[in-house]
Amino acid sequence: MESKKAILALADGKVFQGCSFTGPGETWGEIVFNTSMTGYQEVLTDPSYTGQIVSMTYPHVGNYGINEQDMESERIRVEGFILREYHPVPSNWRSRQALSEFLTAAGVLGITGIDTRALTRHLRERGAMTGFISTEDLDPDSLVEKARRAPTLDNRDLVKDVTCKQPYVWVPDENGGRREFNPAAIEDWTRTRGRYRVAAMDYGIKFNILRLLAAHGAAVLVLPAATPPDEVLGYNPDGIFLSNGPGDPAAVTYVYENLRGLLGQRPIFGICLGHQMLGLAMKGSTFKLKFGHRGANQPVKDLTTGKIEITSQNHGYCVDMDSLAGQDIRLTHVNLNDNTLEGLADEKRGFFSVQYHPEASPGPHDASYLFERFIKLMRK
Amino acid sequence: MPKRTDIKKILIIGSGPIVIGQACEFDYSGTQACKSLKDEGYEVILVNSNPATIMTDPDFADRTYIEPITPEIVAQIIERERPDALLPTLGGQTGLNTAVAVAEAGVLEKFGVEMIGATLDVIKKAEDRELFREAMGRINQRVPRSGIARSIEDCFRIAEELSYPLIVRPSFTLGGSGGGVAYNREDLEQIASLGLDLSMIHEVMLEESIIGWKEFELEVMRDRMDNVVIVCSIENIDPMGVHTGDSITVAPAQTLTDREYQEMRDAAIAIIREIGVDTGGSNIQFAVNPQTGEMVVIEMNPRVSRSSALASKATGYPIAKLAAKLAVGYTLDEIPNDITRETQASFEPTIDYCVVKIPRWTFEKFPGTEDFLTTSMKSVGETMAIGRTFAEALQKGLRSLEISRYGFFGDGRNRLDSDPALVEPEIIRSRLRTANSQRIFYLAAALKAGFSIEEINELTGIDPWFLYHFDRLVKRGREIEALGPLFGSPETAAARTDLAEELLRAKRDGFSDIQLAHMWGWKEDQIRSLRKSLGVNSVYKLVDTCAAEFEAYTPYYYSTYEEEDEIRSTDRKKVIILGGGPNRIGQGIEFDYCCVHASFALREMGIESIMVNSNPETVSTDYDTSDRLYFEPLTKEDVLNIIEKEKPLGVIVQFGGQTPLNLAVPLAEAGVNILGTSPDSIDRAEDRERFQVMLKKLGLVQPPNGTAMTVEEATKVAAEIGYPVVVRPSYVLGGRAMQIVYDVDSLAGFVRYAQEASEGHPILIDKFLEDAIELDVDAVSDGHRAIIGGIMEHIEEAGVHSGDSACALPPHSLSAQLIETIKEAAKAMAKELNVIGLMNVQFAVKDDELYVLEVNPRASRTVPFVSKATGLPLAKVATRVMLGQSLDDQGIFDEPAPKHVSVKEAVFPFNRFPGVDTILGPEMKSTGEVMGIDSEFGLAYAKSQMATGEMLPLEGNIFISVRDRDKKMAVKVARRFADQGFKIIATRGTAQAIAEAGVEVETVNKVFEGRPHVVDLIKNGRIHFIANTSLGHRTVIDSISMRRTALLYKIPYVTTMAGALATAQACEALRNHKITVKTIQEFHQVD
Repeated sequence: MESKKAILALADGKVFQGCSFTGPGETWGEIVFNTSMTGYQEVLTDPSYTGQIVSMTYPHVGNYGINEQDMESERIRVEGFILREYHPVPSNWRSRQALSEFLTAAGVLGITGIDTRALTRHLRERGAMTGFISTEDLDPDSLVEKARRAPTLDNRDLVKDVTCKQPYVWVPDENGGRREFNPAAIEDWTRTRGRYRVAAMDYGIKFNILRLLAAHGAAVLVLPAATPPDEVLGYNPDGIFLSNGPGDPAAVTYVYENLRGLLGQRPIFGICLGHQMLGLAMKGSTFKLKFGHRGANQPVKDLTTGKIEITSQNHGYCVDMDSLAGQDIRLTHVNLNDNTLEGLADEKRGFFSVQYHPEASPGPHDASYLFERFIKLMRK
Repeated sequence: MPKRTDIKKILIIGSGPIVIGQACEFDYSGTQACKSLKDEGYEVILVNSNPATIMTDPDFADRTYIEPITPEIVAQIIERERPDALLPTLGGQTGLNTAVAVAEAGVLEKFGVEMIGATLDVIKKAEDRELFREAMGRINQRVPRSGIARSIEDCFRIAEELSYPLIVRPSFTLGGSGGGVAYNREDLEQIASLGLDLSMIHEVMLEESIIGWKEFELEVMRDRMDNVVIVCSIENIDPMGVHTGDSITVAPAQTLTDREYQEMRDAAIAIIREIGVDTGGSNIQFAVNPQTGEMVVIEMNPRVSRSSALASKATGYPIAKLAAKLAVGYTLDEIPNDITRETQASFEPTIDYCVVKIPRWTFEKFPGTEDFLTTSMKSVGETMAIGRTFAEALQKGLRSLEISRYGFFGDGRNRLDSDPALVEPEIIRSRLRTANSQRIFYLAAALKAGFSIEEINELTGIDPWFLYHFDRLVKRGREIEALGPLFGSPETAAARTDLAEELLRAKRDGFSDIQLAHMWGWKEDQIRSLRKSLGVNSVYKLVDTCAAEFEAYTPYYYSTYEEEDEIRSTDRKKVIILGGGPNRIGQGIEFDYCCVHASFALREMGIESIMVNSNPETVSTDYDTSDRLYFEPLTKEDVLNIIEKEKPLGVIVQFGGQTPLNLAVPLAEAGVNILGTSPDSIDRAEDRERFQVMLKKLGLVQPPNGTAMTVEEATKVAAEIGYPVVVRPSYVLGGRAMQIVYDVDSLAGFVRYAQEASEGHPILIDKFLEDAIELDVDAVSDGHRAIIGGIMEHIEEAGVHSGDSACALPPHSLSAQLIETIKEAAKAMAKELNVIGLMNVQFAVKDDELYVLEVNPRASRTVPFVSKATGLPLAKVATRVMLGQSLDDQGIFDEPAPKHVSVKEAVFPFNRFPGVDTILGPEMKSTGEVMGIDSEFGLAYAKSQMATGEMLPLEGNIFISVRDRDKKMAVKVARRFADQGFKIIATRGTAQAIAEAGVEVETVNKVFEGRPHVVDLIKNGRIHFIANTSLGHRTVIDSISMRRTALLYKIPYVTTMAGALATAQACEALRNHKITVKTIQEFHQVD
């Protein structure tokens, strides 16, 4: 393995040394940590990580390689990958490729040998911040300066970078499913019988949402984020799904403004950014968490049943519970670690959403019942 | 949902003596449960026969019964106590089985006792193979194809439907005891017969072989609102075919993708729901086909287990404590996470380090048994190591094992490195193919010899992920070795700019200073001082359940070599206690008990207690036992690193057994303050010549003796002393390689054996005092004054290791005058040696003459027993003494004089080691102990026997066969049994002696005399108790088959006449009295 010295500099001046396992390169982005012990392929390909460099807290990464089935979008989305110890020789019957090959082919920088625990503690104390990694410029001061100059995620529309350019139909297959852009397929979709027609708004949708919607009996048409409400309704879907996505929710005004035109028209289910869009569409506000929730062990309480779900999470922003006070909305889920809002519902207008990821991938399946709930809502 | 208020009094059943498969992890879990239920205001009733446990300390439960854990006794306790609830899931398989038996006998119903945690139905569904299979079928979980057999005929029928190899798993046994792999019909017959016999319900399951599949475990918690969390995943390095307890394991699982892990998690949740474990922890094992990913469910334990203790230590998530709280109605979101304080228990721990558990075996203790690992567990302990990477954790784990190894290879201590004959490719292949205790070291040897990863994977089934790391370490070793010539000496190396970087790289892969020193031809201290001067120091990270996502408050640390050090040291007065490392025969829970007491005493005195230990099963490694816990190997390097960070007042080495004691001198030389008795005094007691000078000064005598470094010297010494002699190595514990030698012909072999066990140290040769009474004395001394904690009279005569001998406190056959002499002698030695802390003396009495056998100025194995018998907490008193509080200061003037009799009996693992003789000797073989307490010796002894699982006969036939010297005693024994109405059966010579004395006796053939012989009688159920002694090697071999058969058929037997006489007394007591039960608190109050 080629090991080239690399330096990670944070905007607040903190510097870490490691080495690249993907050859030379430079990258920048918001540095965040993920505490899942498995699921790095899903993390890498999750469009919600656009604009971010992910540090994995579990030290050994690369263990089981990269396979064909565990993609969450068609390509890697993170800006860079930070590890304690890269494992170069994968061991798993599904593995087709080593992690370093996967990253290198995509031109994404991966570094190893970092005291990721120290990095996590630093981010926990100081909050999420921009970082700059380089194997070329090894002058810490210069890198810190570059990190300071790099834009933050705030007020940036990253959805436009990750949403699909054209509508497509999700076609389940032996590898889980594929995207079909052919207009004929969309024609077919509009004539679907016996399955619920779901229009999924793509703010950076994860494939496993599509797989699960399909598995629960939905035929899914995926639409670009900026599709106007009348056009969405023009497809005459049975329900509308609002997907996850990257970045600052407040920056994508066109998305939540469009959404206002859909409220009450059809049953709606939102996840993550989709949930935040609902909050904003309801005139609520969002705020940035100090360092976000990223992992597969976050406890969420379902306030309706009192039951606890262990959930998969990936978000840096959050809907402000207080900003929705007085609204005719029910708070349905709350995070037990920090009591932040995790879910809301409006029975009258027929929508509900969660901040976390019931589609998991990576993470536990405790919340997959929400897909059934969406199907039931469309049945009414 | 708040806790239940409809129950007030809860009975907890402990797990009894330490045996293979059930060790001190159940003291850890039971102690946690007792504490947390008491904290919640419940009245806790505890029954456990094991005096060496923390849980049986009088403060941990409200009412503590140190009584045999049998259904009858537990029923009596229930009748006496009338608890509202029984919590059966914390006492291992023993606790569970006993609870089942009590429930099935209708006792719970009769007294209105509710089973909480897991009900009878649930336990049966999880434990009964057939019910479990059906349950798995209902939730579409695949289990290996199998059949249930209740006879050998069933087995053969099922074997035709499945195919060989077959796994034989007996239902309801410990640690897979009696199980095995049958490759053919003959194997099947042999293994299945043993398995049927060992199974409580006479049932075995035959299973399709999934040998070679990857093995995983998940630890699952559920509350009564049906919230379920997975605490930890564990992956076994050794694939299916080796018992989990014998596998090297890693947490978390390394080779599963998230998709596969989640599938396993879903299955685990479905299983705990289907089986219906209402509340608490369960352990579920899975196997995964490495080629296809196909997953099968192996088994489930509906209780806390060895793995749950490991998972608790590996993650910081206290499973047993939570299991207890959930059992009384709390839900996971109502219980705070102690470590983060901010969050609740309703989450799944995530870890940012790698944990490796390595079993500790003691095959050397059981000659005659082959060193092979199977589905029946054989290890007696385990060690756990935490590192930021697998390689680091593995090497730390190997140096924690206390087998004089300091890493994977290259430590200069590996015979595979130095003896080419041991690493012939064919030998390596065979040692890799069949799992064994040395396989890990053969893996290094194979890689060094150029074996490919593919070939090793084929031979071992070990996943390539692990093999990659082994291989990488070997390659790193080569690189490090190659630096040696470049670096030259420490002086020339110091000038090199790459030295610091290379040292750091090596340390990050877990290489010890000893390994580096060996590879570079330097001294360990030279590596250390260079490292220090270059700033290559260990840092400490927290075990915090959450990968640093939240701030953690519980100070539970491990070392690594990285940038950030998280130690929050304080300026308070503090003391470091060194623990005992992994359990092994000779050093087990008793020493952990003392360390825990030391910690409690320190905290009571307002001194910060810092524990260092590497044994995940123990109470000492519970994060709330001490103010700070370092989960680290107990080597000079690792301990000094901690001392340098913490700067304690001093270090306590005398409680953790031989492990810390061996560190006393090196630490003292490094300038560390050793608290209590000085290393020089310890040496004075250990060093033969200095010891003799002292005895002479005090007018005490020891058996004639001498020391030898060679066989020739030994022969000369033995001839001077006169046979029989006891031969043993110095500086070992547990009678390691100790033998009684009767003639010059066998001397050489034993001397060599002893030399191997303690290389470079002299061999000790003593006159063996035949038929002497042996005594153990535990005392505490403050340097001015000593008090005797207790005098224990061994039941078995001298020659049986003190750890294997039953003993009674107070002594029952010594005159008051002799007892006084013994006390005076012990006190004189304590004063002369300037003992500050604990001291143990072994005496022998022969013909009214007192001999000093051994003095050990440290905690002994009997400290907990004496503390329980007398109510005087010796280890705490000793700790205070070491910190400067004299006995006067502590107000301790009177020596305890209990009015009741306490008997300690040893428990042996012979049923795990086929082919091993069960005869007792000077080498310790017991794994644990039980205690019987009552008003008179007979009853106390009877209880101790019941507690070991021996069912003493109240009527029937007694078989006696003894060597000539014992014939007089045999007559005495025979008469005592015959007077009670027992029939006596004896072999010819013995029978003659008995008949001549006028006692009616039937003669039976010895095995070699022709049939029907005694083994036939045993098999036919005609013998109910066996008393058998033998002398010399040949007769021993003759009688092995008889003793093994007795073991197999669970016929109580003794191999000493003293033991036989004690049994006769016990039978008498049992016939004359009903057994009654009493709490330890009541016993202590009477005194």
